[in-house]
Formats: sequence, C-alpha cells, structure tokens
Amino acid sequence: MLEKIKSFASEFFVTGDPLILGAQVSIGLTMVALVITLTYFKKWGWLWREWLTTVDHKRIGIMYVIAALLMLFRGGVDALLMRTQLAMPNMQFLTPEHYNQIFTTHGVIMILFMAMPLMFGLFNIVVPLQIGARDVAFPFLNSLSFWLFFWGAMLFNVSFVIGGSPDAGWLAYPPLSGKMFSPGVGQDFYNWGIQISGIGSLMTGINFIVTILKMRAPGMKLMKMPMFSWSVLASSATIIFAFPILTVTLALLMLDRTFGTHFFTLDGGGNPMMYINLIWMWGHPEVYIVILPAFGIFSEIVATFSKKKLFGYKSMVFALMSISVASFFTWVHHFFTMGSGANVNAFFAVTTMVIAIPTGVKVFNWLFTMFRGRISFETPMLWTIGFIVTFVAGGLTGVMLSVAPADFQLHNSYFLIAHFHQVLIGGVAFGYFAGLYYWWPKVFGFKLNEKIGKWAFWTWNIGFYLTFMPQYLVGLDGMTRRVSTYGWDTGWFGLNLTSTIGAFIMGLGFLFQVWQIAHSVKFMQRDTTGDPWNGRTLEWSIPSPAPLYNFAVVPRADEQDPWWEEKKRREQGLPPAPAQPYEPIHMPKNSPIAFIKSFCWFVAGFGFVWGWYWMAIPGLIGVGVCMLVHSFTYDNEYYIPVDEIKRTEAALRGTV
Amino acid sequence: MMAQANGHAQTQGHEHGHDGHHDQEELRQFGFWIFLITDVILFGTLFATFIVLRGNTAGGPGPELFELGGIIASTFILLTSSFTSGLAVLAMNRGNKQGLIGWLIVTALLGLSFIYLEVTEFTKLVHEGANMGTSAFWSAFYTLVGTHGLHVSVGLVWMTALIIQLARRGITPVTKRKVNIVSLYWHFLDVVWIFVFTIVYLMGVM
Repeated sequence: MLEKIKSFASEFFVTGDPLILGAQVSIGLTMVALVITLTYFKKWGWLWREWLTTVDHKRIGIMYVIAALLMLFRGGVDALLMRTQLAMPNMQFLTPEHYNQIFTTHGVIMILFMAMPLMFGLFNIVVPLQIGARDVAFPFLNSLSFWLFFWGAMLFNVSFVIGGSPDAGWLAYPPLSGKMFSPGVGQDFYNWGIQISGIGSLMTGINFIVTILKMRAPGMKLMKMPMFSWSVLASSATIIFAFPILTVTLALLMLDRTFGTHFFTLDGGGNPMMYINLIWMWGHPEVYIVILPAFGIFSEIVATFSKKKLFGYKSMVFALMSISVASFFTWVHHFFTMGSGANVNAFFAVTTMVIAIPTGVKVFNWLFTMFRGRISFETPMLWTIGFIVTFVAGGLTGVMLSVAPADFQLHNSYFLIAHFHQVLIGGVAFGYFAGLYYWWPKVFGFKLNEKIGKWAFWTWNIGFYLTFMPQYLVGLDGMTRRVSTYGWDTGWFGLNLTSTIGAFIMGLGFLFQVWQIAHSVKFMQRDTTGDPWNGRTLEWSIPSPAPLYNFAVVPRADEQDPWWEEKKRREQGLPPAPAQPYEPIHMPKNSPIAFIKSFCWFVAGFGFVWGWYWMAIPGLIGVGVCMLVHSFTYDNEYYIPVDEIKRTEAALRGTV
Repeated sequence: MMAQANGHAQTQGHEHGHDGHHDQEELRQFGFWIFLITDVILFGTLFATFIVLRGNTAGGPGPELFELGGIIASTFILLTSSFTSGLAVLAMNRGNKQGLIGWLIVTALLGLSFIYLEVTEFTKLVHEGANMGTSAFWSAFYTLVGTHGLHVSVGLVWMTALIIQLARRGITPVTKRKVNIVSLYWHFLDVVWIFVFTIVYLMGVM
C-alpha cells in the first residue's frame, strides 16, 4: 500500500529538481500562511461576500489586475531563469528539458495569463465609468469570465508542481505536442487551462461589445466616445471572431491526444500544418487584441497630459477598426517557410506591411496631439513617450520580417524574439503600465508615488534596450530561439551576457514598482478631487473610488470630452445644469454561482488531464447544475433606495 | 456634477427603460446575437477542418458508408422542429401559454428524435469500422456532426428547463426573452444542419 502511494506520488508531483522542490515548499507555506491569516482575522466571510461572489465591475477589475501582476511575477521569473542559463556558453544551470518547460510557460503566461487579464482588468475598471454606465451589460457573465480565467490559470500553473509543465512551445505545434512526442500530462494541462480561460475571454468580448454599443450615457454618440472605449470595442470585436478558432483548435488537439483522432497526427491522414494555420488564425489577431487597448490608453493619456483635444479623432477610429479587420489577413507571415508558394507568401507579406499604415497614422496623431500642447511629464506620460520610441522601432523590424525572402533568413532567430518582445513589452506592457498609473487614483483614491515611479520607468527602459538590442544582433549572427545553450566558438557570449544583465535590470524595474505601490499605500495621500490629472472624460467627474452605483444620476455627454467641457463652462461662470433628483438605482445581486461553476470546470479539467473520468464527469455535471440553478434564479436584482444614495454621495463628496 | 439635461429619463425612452435603466431583456437578446456570431465562427472552423481533411481516409472506409435515407429523415425532422418552435413564439406573442408550452414540447420531442437518429447512425458507423480514430476524415466527420448534435442536446435541456419555468411563472418579460433566445438558437442550429447536410452528406455521396 505504502509502495503504491509512493509510486503514485512520484508520478503525480514533480520530483527531483531542487528549484521546483523549493517552489513546492514555498507554495505550501504561502497557502498555510494565507489560511491562517484569513482565519485569524476572521476574513473568510469578507472574502466571500465582497470579492468571490461580487458582480461589481470595479472589484472584478481589481481582481484581474492583482492576478495579472502575480502572473507577471511568475512569467518574469521564468524569463530571468532563461537569461541566467544563457548568460554564458555551456551553462549547466537548467537542463534542456527544464529549459523547454520554462520558455513554454513564459510565453503562455505572459500573453494569456498576464497581458489578457491586465487588459480585461482595465476594461472593467474604465469602460463603464468612461461611458457613463452603472455596470457592464451582463454583470453575472462578467464575474463568470473572471473566475473561468482564474481557474484556467490555476489549472495551467498547477502543472508546475503537479504532473510537470508543458514543454512544446507557447503555441504547442504538433506533432511535437501530440501524444507520440509529448506523452506526459503537461500538454493536457496546457489544453485545458487555456481552453477554460479562453471561454472566459470570449464572454468578456461579448459583454463589452454590448456594454459599449447599448449602455452609453445619453448624448454620447459613437463618434463622441472616448478613444479608450473605441479601442475596447475594436479589441472585443477581434476577440469574438478570433477566440472561437482557438476553442476549436485546442479542442481538436485535445481530441488527438485523448481520444486518438487524426487531425494533426503524422499518420491516419492528419495534417500538422493545419494546426499551425489554425492557431495563427487566432494567434495573430490575438496580438492585436492586446495592443489595441494600449493604443486607446495612450490616446487618453496624450490628450490629458498635453491638455489638448486628441488630434485626428476620426482617423484614430478608422485606424483602430481597420487594424482589427486587417489582423485576420496576415496569419501566414508566421510561417512563410511552410512552402505555400510565392503568390501566397506575397499576399501575406503585403497585408502585413499594410498594417503599418494605420499604425503610422496613430503615431502621427499622438505626436500632433502633443505638438504645441502644455505637456507635463508625469509617469503615465513618460510610459507613453517611452512607448512611441520603442514601438516605432519594433514596428520597423516587424516590417523587415514581413519581407518574405528576408524572413527565410530571420525566421525563428533571435531577431524575431527581439522584434516581438519590442512590440509586446514596448507596446502592450508599457501601455498597460501607463494605464495602471493613470487610472490607479480612480480605482483606489490615491496616486502612486511619482519619484519611485520614475525610477521604475528608467530601469525598465534601460533594461529593455540592454536586453533586446543585443538580441537583434545575435539573431543576425545566427542564434536561433529555444536553444538551451551554445558553445564558446559561436561568438555569442558578449551579446548574451549583455542581454542577461538587461533582463535583471528590468527585474529591478518590477521591484521598483512593487516598492512604489507599497510606499504609496503606506504614505497614502488621499485624492479628494476625484480628478487628480485634470482629466477630460466622464470617469473623472465622480469621486474616487467610485461608489457601487458609479453615477448617482446618469450623466449626459454631448461633447467629445464632456468633463473637460463642463469644467471650462464652470470656469467661465456659466450656471451648472439644475441638479437632477435621485431615483432608486437598479443593481444586480451578488452570486456565488460563477465562482462555483468555474471551480467545477477546474475539477473537470483536472480530471481530463489525468484521464480520471470519476473526477471529470462529476465536474461537468457540476457545471450543468450551476447553469440550471442560475437559469431558475429569478430573484437576482435589487434597488438602492434614494436615502442610501444621498448618504453615500454626501460622505463621498465630504459635505456631511 | 455633470450637465444633466432636464428629464432625460423621460425623453430617452429608446435608449433607456421605464425608470432610466437599460432594458435588460433587450440587452440580453442583443448579447445572444453576438454569441451566435461566435458560434458561426466555431462551426466555420470545424467546416474548414472537415473540408481540408475530407479526402484523407488513409486507405480506410470513406463517405460510401453514409446512408442518405436516415439523414434525409432527420433533416426533415429538424426542419419541422424549427417550424414548430416558430409556432411556439407565435403562440407566445398571442399570450397563449398553453399553446406556447405545447409547441415547445413538440419541438423538444422532434429534437429528441433527431438526436436518437444521430446516435443510431453513429453506432452503426462504428460497427462498420469507422470510428473517430480510423482516419482524419472520420475524426473531422464525428467532430463536426457531433458538435452540432451536442448543441442540439444542450438545446433540449435548455428547452425543458424553460418549459418548467413557463409552467410556473407564465409569460413574463423574462420568460418571453428566454423563449425568443431559445428559438433563435434552434433556428441557428437548423441553418447549421443545412450546411452539414450539404457539405458532409450530399457532397460526400455525390
């Protein structure tokens, strides 16, 4: 019996690696500490009532951001481990197997479990406030999206200590990711983890399209809508067309692995290249899904910190929407080397280059917005300027890669690695940092410390250039991606060492940000205005943090920058519009079903990963029961009475 | 505070419901349309996969195993069920609760017989030596047709739950929206089936 348990445990848990053992111990200790803290301070009820069951978009947004920052930490540690291994030739720090796992999880986590939730966090925090709505269109679905993401991410991350991480690359190309070459459970964790969180992403896309199209404040025509909301609309539209392809692709790979089908196998008539086409039909739009909202963030920040109306509003909208459409017609540029022929490659090379046009339009719009503006350089603006420089250069190397003949040389070299990190860090990460700094006071009611923020900005930027500029060169020198080591004779040592030093400087930048948050919480200076940046859009017209119902009275928005115009009118001494009487506010009730249902998905996924149908089937039944219970629940709304609104508003506006 | 125009709650009837709030039922119906777009993409991807792999029988059995008789029968059953779900909505719009529930039951029974025929067909094919793992062609076949069947089965559970809710609560704005959505879903599955019938079966035996 004991022997049986021992042999099961040795297969179930990842054993024999001191790094992972250390992680297992620290995960165990953290969990124990968490349980003890919550019990000691009697916070379980609070956690359940205020967070786990909440349908409030602001709280869901905060949970997304916290989860994303934790994932940023894990993905960042993965990156530093890889850079340590590559610092010198013939390093023995990581075994090749371990290295494969780390580059796989680094990619998946950074795109799907860091960038996506950070983006959804900002959607949730900002969009309803910006368009003058009291919540998203489907608050319950919103919490379901979050918890599906959360439990999907848990399922993916648990593979690190239980069963072993996936190691077939972040997009898991077959036949390597098939059962024949990846017999372990790691790849199954990948399939189910991403599948479950992907369903959540799809539903968020639907939710925000409906929210933006149907719930804008009276008077806010589409062409008067703030640019961030436009970018969310563009991104969500891309989500609803791209994510179903991911769902199908992962499902087919799962069927191949679990039920012996022949979609992507080498035998039985399967076609591995079809997987690569399908995954990039999702994968390419996916990178635009994450970059478009960053463009929106920059547009808000540039206008606010230049104290000017955004230049070229209409062309900005046109650029966003055309990028979102064009993103579906470029996927083959990820594998020009497939051999699809000169005409096909030429088509996709041209479509790829075409994307540079609307992107260029946006860059010039931002520059012209700054032109003759009264610019102030607070942290959100610094990140924006850092972005423009970095992203333009990264975009240019992208155009170089889009030249199909050149790509035959550059394909899968470090040149490519440098390119996509430059647009993803310089574009997406910088963008979301800028957004976090910008909207932080709206969410929490205080600004982050500017001085430490500037240290973080400069360490991140210097670290970034030090890491990735050498990678372009080492790529041109012939170093390919995903090699776990190299010899002295290659001549790659100096560039790799520089790159590693840069990566640690970026890590230092992250530590500065953690310190910045801790410092700003400790020496908190409450913002009582609700409008610390002299903002332009509706979210700055209400107190920070916003009350549960956001707007006591639904605002009107007849201009492009309604709050800015309102402030101008007040300065001119024009009488404010007569105050509207409060009315009872209709709100959705909290619901535990989203949390429980997503947990059931986790159980089902875990069961499928191990082939334990005694676990998977009850999990799926649990999902079905949750759906039915939700369908039969009619009592899911309530009204906030006028008295309570009056009390809350008086307290928030300091007139008690 | 913001410029709040006088009495916008009254004048914004088209954008807002009776008390300045959004019409939840209308939002949900709109959201379901967008969900259907995603489902179109999902089936589109499966159809594309099937078309790419339809010649890849790897020397094993191919579409010659199809027996069109049963397929045509199930096609007519599903088309009829789409018609009866339309009759259910008409009954609902007339306020006829009994008629609504009755037609929904007829629709669900027709859906059930469709599923029964599909399961029979699949069992027969497996006995003839064509299962999911036989070749890429059969993998793509079972996945595409099975995904449609799974959708129909989910629709059946959903319709049953809705019939119970209707019996308990009658026709209210909420149940009305739910019936509208389920019937949208049902028509959508019917349209998908037309494509399955044409691309998988008719083009298979031609």
